[in-house]
Amino acid sequence: MQIFAFYLFASIVIASAAFCIFARNPVHSVLWLILAFFNAAGLMLLVGAEFIAALLVIVYVGAVAVLFLFVVMMLDIDFAELRAGFMKNLPLGLLLALVLMAEIIFGIGAWSAGGMGEATAVVGPQAGGPSNIEALGTLLYTKYVFLFEAAGLVLLVAMVGAIVLTNRKRGGVRVQNIQSQVRRQPEDATRNEQPEVGKGVEL
Amino acid sequence: MIGIEHYLVVSSILFVMGMLGIFLNRKNIIIILMAIELILLSVNLNLVAFSAFLGDMTGQIFAMFVLTVAAGEAAIGLAILVIYFRQRGTIAVDDVNRMKG
Repeated sequence: MQIFAFYLFASIVIASAAFCIFARNPVHSVLWLILAFFNAAGLMLLVGAEFIAALLVIVYVGAVAVLFLFVVMMLDIDFAELRAGFMKNLPLGLLLALVLMAEIIFGIGAWSAGGMGEATAVVGPQAGGPSNIEALGTLLYTKYVFLFEAAGLVLLVAMVGAIVLTNRKRGGVRVQNIQSQVRRQPEDATRNEQPEVGKGVEL
Repeated sequence: MIGIEHYLVVSSILFVMGMLGIFLNRKNIIIILMAIELILLSVNLNLVAFSAFLGDMTGQIFAMFVLTVAAGEAAIGLAILVIYFRQRGTIAVDDVNRMKG
């Protein structure tokens, strides 16, 4: 059962990654990317990393993919023109990819054949121990607490940077001027009149 | 039985896919950013697999930090993309080297 689930998730991850980079329409690319992330989360669930799997779905599918979708839809681009160099780059790209793939497979083979460290399989959380989230939280808030705060700082800088980069002043837009509103006094705004009978008030 | 090698092979295929995506879509920076996300996903998968199979939680902590940095990187990258598009009306990255100073 576990083996079946692994091969299902792994094949869907790889297939959707391939569709993501080969898709003609960037919106389809984003959707394939979402599928790849879902199945990678499934792969992580299989080894017992529940929290990271949930985080992957929440952060990537919930935030990053939606960000990509927004940007793809916001920019009005002729995507056919951007694919002009696709076929030209294909042979070189495939060659490089195959070389890299062969190197990595060779490296994994060498790693698993040689006796560099013990690779004892400890699959899933140990029975009776703390759950995944408990263990992660204990480690995160004790040993890695400063790194955790640094991660928060990274997110803050990213947020401020994104806002500062995309914010722009536009002319000809009527906006609220809080300073002038606060400075306004009752004497400037109101006036007492005693109009005679039959006469109106000049406004 | 599923061993760590299976996970390593899957994540390395994912890594190569991401690299291939960068090479094939050299003009479309949105796809390049997505390919970078794929590469970071494969790194995360590697970290989680090693963390699970070697029984050390540190790998998952690092996967979390990689996730954080990836989210920030996507936000900043897309913001830069938006202002670049506003300036030039295209996102072809072939002539980005004009962006000097």
